[in-house]
Amino acid sequence: MMVTRWMLCLLGLMLLLAVVVLASLSLGIAGIPVTKLVSIFLHGRGSTEYSIVFDIRLPRILLGMAIGGSLSLAGVILQGMFRNPLVEPYTLGISGGAALGVSLNIVLGSAAAGRFTFPVCGSLGAGAVIVFLYFSSVRKSMVKLQGLLLNGVMISFIASALVMLLMSLSSTETLHGIVFWVMGSLGEPDIALITLMLGMSVVLLAVAYFFCHHLNALALGEDEARHLGIPVERTKKVLFIVSAVLTGFCVSVAGMIGFVGLVVPHFMRRIVGHDHRILLGASFLAGAIFLIFCDTLARLMIAPSELPVGVITGIAGGSVFMYALSRGEVR
Amino acid sequence: MLLVKGLSCGYGRKTVISAMNVEVAEGEFFGVIGPNGSGKTTLLRALSRAIKPIRGSILLKGKELWDIPLADVARQAAVVSQLVPRVPMTVEEFVLLGRIPHFERMQFVESARDIEIAHKSMALTDSLRLKDRPMDQLSGGERQLAQIARALAQEPKLLLLDEPTAHLDIRHQVVIMDLLKRLVRELKLTVVMVLHDLNLASEYCDRVALISDGQVFKAGTPAEVLDYQVIEAVYQTVVVVHKNPVSGKPYVLIVSEDELKKNRDAYTRGT
Repeated sequence: MMVTRWMLCLLGLMLLLAVVVLASLSLGIAGIPVTKLVSIFLHGRGSTEYSIVFDIRLPRILLGMAIGGSLSLAGVILQGMFRNPLVEPYTLGISGGAALGVSLNIVLGSAAAGRFTFPVCGSLGAGAVIVFLYFSSVRKSMVKLQGLLLNGVMISFIASALVMLLMSLSSTETLHGIVFWVMGSLGEPDIALITLMLGMSVVLLAVAYFFCHHLNALALGEDEARHLGIPVERTKKVLFIVSAVLTGFCVSVAGMIGFVGLVVPHFMRRIVGHDHRILLGASFLAGAIFLIFCDTLARLMIAPSELPVGVITGIAGGSVFMYALSRGEVR
Repeated sequence: MLLVKGLSCGYGRKTVISAMNVEVAEGEFFGVIGPNGSGKTTLLRALSRAIKPIRGSILLKGKELWDIPLADVARQAAVVSQLVPRVPMTVEEFVLLGRIPHFERMQFVESARDIEIAHKSMALTDSLRLKDRPMDQLSGGERQLAQIARALAQEPKLLLLDEPTAHLDIRHQVVIMDLLKRLVRELKLTVVMVLHDLNLASEYCDRVALISDGQVFKAGTPAEVLDYQVIEAVYQTVVVVHKNPVSGKPYVLIVSEDELKKNRDAYTRGT
């Protein structure tokens, strides 16, 4: 009965995902009817429409799927582990590290070497923060969650202060580069990087599923989880690494796309319940749907120009969340 | 069932329990009593593997507790804590969590047997009627019943409880204590329970250990331990111990400062 309900939820979300993907493929400056997509795929190789749909729109959708899914998965894991619904992937300062890495890349001029330097520097920055957090609060036999949280928040502040320092010292052009990166975008052209991102997010989703019972038990508190035979310290270590790597990759590839990791897990908890066996998968799918939807809006709203997707996720996510909160839908 | 030998443990540098010896026989209803800060809860936390001993050993069925794999411990001993986490899940989901230690390596959902055991534990604790209610909307007594049901779903041999009757009215206190007594009798469980209420301990426990300053001051039947001289020495409070007219068990009465003064004055006046 419970399993049937879960399957229906997942099926519904997958259908919704399909709808959003098709809509996103067909909508744009060059409107292509959904009905024509198949024939373009089969016969249209080499045409302009083929390259619009499959070389420009599809990679972007795949990246949206990977980033949206990863961010909201990281959000679910962290909220479950910290038993705090206000924690999100960016709370731990990993995004701050990535932002600092990318800003340095722009300011020091190494960005001139090519587009690929952005994710590289971003992941270096994120990696540095992960290593610092791991050795300062995680490695010891007891993972002090409060300490980890405080360290993360402090790193966020320090990193954003340093980014602002760099911004204040840099020229208008450099400033523009930093600001645009910080706002986040799914316009990553490198298909290899997109494939890597998508593959990694699916693998880490599978890893997270090995810990679904652990997360359910942790909801009762660490002592209670231990009484149920859960190796609490090891679990926290693995979950920290999983969510940190997810966040690091997302921010390095797509910049700071806010709100997905905070709002989507909340909504899914309302809809599918608190059981992580369904929550992990449902949040992943819902995150993907939400981000593809927002990105499509970002492309359409002031076409031919486009809005930063982070603006849409913030406004859409925040206002829907406040509406739900006012109706008492979110606890 | 449980043998504690020369146990010392505490938090950080602070030792709360030093060189403590306790023995609990199989099928016994065992109470741990003592003043605040004497180390009752610390003992229970050591028994449930929440804190590691500095010295000494804890044997569960003859095996060193810390050498038993964590999941095995969870299949043999269940813990009921004083405060039940207010989680937004239904009672049934909450009780089913107790089946986690019994899951096979790659088991993803509860089997029919898991659900049957969970329902049986809920029926036994009179919480089956609450099955679909959310945990965070139950009263204190109902939550405690659900928590005992979850502990029973672990199919333990030993039940460790930390003041399960704290914050409950007398009706619910009696409900919980009667239930535990019945579990000891019918399921042959061993119960180790930390208690503040000396009279509850006296009524229900087969044996009690009175803890003072991290050591066992006296252990034995309630009649042996709950002696007014012993209690006054440990609690530094004047008490009167009577017999419960119904059960014949000792009953501890407190004496207020005013009454004490009146009595003393009367005594010195020679009446």
